Amino acid sequence: MASITFREVEGSSLKYWLLFGALGLFVLFGALAWNTMHHHGHVITGMDNQIVWGLPHVFAVFLIVAASGALNVASIASVFNKPMYKPLAPLSAILSLALLAGGLLVLVLDLGRSDRLIVAMTNFNLKSMFTWNVFLYSGFFALVGIYLWTMLDRSVKSWTKTAGTAAFLWRLILTTGTGSLFGFLISRELYGTGLLAPMFIIMSFAYGLAIYLMVLAAAYAWTGRPLGDAVMLRLKTLLAVFVAAVLYFVAVHHLTNLYFTKAHAVEAFILRDGGAITSLFWIGQILIGCVIPLVILLTALGRQRAWLMIACALVILGGIAQMYVTIIGAQAYPLDMFPGFKASSSFFDGEVHPYTPSTPELFLGLGGVAVALLMTTFAVKVLRLLPVSLDDATVAKLDQH
Amino acid sequence: MKSLLALGAVALTTAALAWAGAEAQPKAGGAPVPVITKAAKGEHCVEDTAYMRRNHMKLLLVHRDRTVLQGIRTPKHSLKGCIDCHASEATGSVASAKEDFCVSCHSYAAVKIDCFDCHSTKPQRTTAMNPSHPHAASVSANVEEMAGVSR
Amino acid sequence: MNELNTMTEQAPHSPERRRFVGAAAAVAGLAVVPGVMLYEVADARPEDQPASSAVRWGMLVDATRCASGCSDCVTACSTENGWTPVAQSEHPRQAPQWIRKLQLEDPLTQAQINLPMLCQHCAEPPCVDVCPTGASFKRADGIVLVNRHTCIGCRYCMMACPYKARSLVHEPLNDTQKPDVPRGMGCVEACTFCVQKIDRGDGTTACAEACAAAGHNAILFGDLNDPESEISKRLRELPTKQVRADLKLNLGVRYHGI
Repeated sequence: MASITFREVEGSSLKYWLLFGALGLFVLFGALAWNTMHHHGHVITGMDNQIVWGLPHVFAVFLIVAASGALNVASIASVFNKPMYKPLAPLSAILSLALLAGGLLVLVLDLGRSDRLIVAMTNFNLKSMFTWNVFLYSGFFALVGIYLWTMLDRSVKSWTKTAGTAAFLWRLILTTGTGSLFGFLISRELYGTGLLAPMFIIMSFAYGLAIYLMVLAAAYAWTGRPLGDAVMLRLKTLLAVFVAAVLYFVAVHHLTNLYFTKAHAVEAFILRDGGAITSLFWIGQILIGCVIPLVILLTALGRQRAWLMIACALVILGGIAQMYVTIIGAQAYPLDMFPGFKASSSFFDGEVHPYTPSTPELFLGLGGVAVALLMTTFAVKVLRLLPVSLDDATVAKLDQH
Repeated sequence: MKSLLALGAVALTTAALAWAGAEAQPKAGGAPVPVITKAAKGEHCVEDTAYMRRNHMKLLLVHRDRTVLQGIRTPKHSLKGCIDCHASEATGSVASAKEDFCVSCHSYAAVKIDCFDCHSTKPQRTTAMNPSHPHAASVSANVEEMAGVSR
Repeated sequence: MNELNTMTEQAPHSPERRRFVGAAAAVAGLAVVPGVMLYEVADARPEDQPASSAVRWGMLVDATRCASGCSDCVTACSTENGWTPVAQSEHPRQAPQWIRKLQLEDPLTQAQINLPMLCQHCAEPPCVDVCPTGASFKRADGIVLVNRHTCIGCRYCMMACPYKARSLVHEPLNDTQKPDVPRGMGCVEACTFCVQKIDRGDGTTACAEACAAAGHNAILFGDLNDPESEISKRLRELPTKQVRADLKLNLGVRYHGI
């Protein structure tokens, strides 16, 4: 195989430190947001006893789902033996670790008693999907960590495929677990379906790849290293397949519900009467997240780097909208405890529950994103993750073998 | 910028010194030692004082699980039992003022307790009014015993 | 309500109360306070004995007797357990409500139903299934509780509960808790079937007492496992339903007239 030279990003330029500082600032804001929430309680957030999971969960679940997907490129290289992707694999692994760390941080800092994290690590209820996720997250860190090690250390290089396969299988289970956090809930009409597990997996493929492409392009553009179109265009096609698959799963989910009379009301809420939720669904999730990116990716537009980046950014924004609709939308619709009756109470039974995210929630969520990007920025400086060149000639040599 | 920082440091130090100077608590070699007020009620604790000082947290932990999980609410070794006897006469609480029973010692030992995030620091009103428990009139501090120094 | 307040405040301290209950057992059917009969005296267990699965606490709500506009059960619950009534809360959307009055209307017939909604104390509680730390648990006698020592405030139980029975404490409580009812910011809480009263041997809940005191007698509390208990007898006579019976959670609260 043609040899590829990996080298650390020098990271001494003003631009690097500006990026580092800006991300650090958002981490700081996130920390301040957590401190405020922890001190005053959730009363200062937009969450209440009706919308119990708010914007922090939207960010956290998005990041955790994307983390699994960011490993795509590495999996293709190691598990499916595509040599062209091998130079891209280390960044893929580190990005997935960073995104998971960012997501978990948001999840954990949004707990009512975030000071009691140790309790969550020492008391387990094995029937809880949350408990399973704690194991899945830890296992993911360990396996991807080992995988990364096999890629960076020549003495253990022969284990790359084994470690990569283990990490690949594990992340499929991990995202099954994330989807099942919602899939295993009986109380709400939009949850309680096994469909959510594969749907989350395919969502992870799309979000993770979009983030990966943006980080890759940014890293190469800002360090002045050559990044050829061959790599980007292959991944572009892959992204189009994933986005289309997300659209397919969303359609199947809603069509199933539309067939069942009992779910007509909640579907009407999401698809037609839900105000902000409906807008987020049609404009955010469907138009921005799926349709426009598909148009870009499947036409000649997608061959241009700038348009490809726009498509990736839209997939990410659409993904956040999709998480918002999935998490907040399902809670906003009132529980139907007495089918056939109109309910009302001091506890807002029978009403659609409004939700306005507060500033601390937003900054806590953005803090998680910043942590993920900061970790990646730092990792490429201290570890040899990025090939010096990914121009078409270098990549073509890889494919010949 | 530097002078601002220096000014801030001076102001903080002065404030800290002023606060420390205003401390009414007894001191051993300059460090404030805890005020341990004798329980207002009862002759003696449910266990030896020395044993309780070392092991009250273990007893409370065992009792707490028995109470929450099994519904056993015997007063001995219960937090409510502690509070019933040790609530300060002045504040009626074990943890609302700096010299109240629990807080005084725990701040000295720098051990954070989160019991009172959830638990009331005050005894049940009905028990406080119960005539079968005459309130002890004298409140004596046995700081020496605890800190091993004379006041 | 004033009547009820004085009643709870004058209640003797637990050991005395327990002995009193023991004495009451000798004189079966003795009226402890006007309007409240000690039906469940047989279930009073010694103070040092754990709650037993021989007992299953449950509640029968007769919605046909539940008066529109009356919220004595809600007030009694908040008084007994120390949570701020929603009307007095600065943050009504975030205020905990352990029990609430639900008004139902059939859009077709305009038929109206009033009922109190509270934790249904399922035999198969979804909140217990999903709790990552095991803080949400079911006691041997069927009461579903939150162990605040291990609750991390993740709110997954609130997502899982089909009855919206649980609340998160959103703001600091500043030492306003009742000594018998610990509550804390950042933890989830719900109706406990007045577990402090049960353990004391009262054999009833604040809401049931208040409903009886108001003369409605819409709430009957007792041991579902004891075929001779008042609640078991009434359940045999009255047709009752479980809310969301399709979920097959085997609820401890049964409703008549829904």
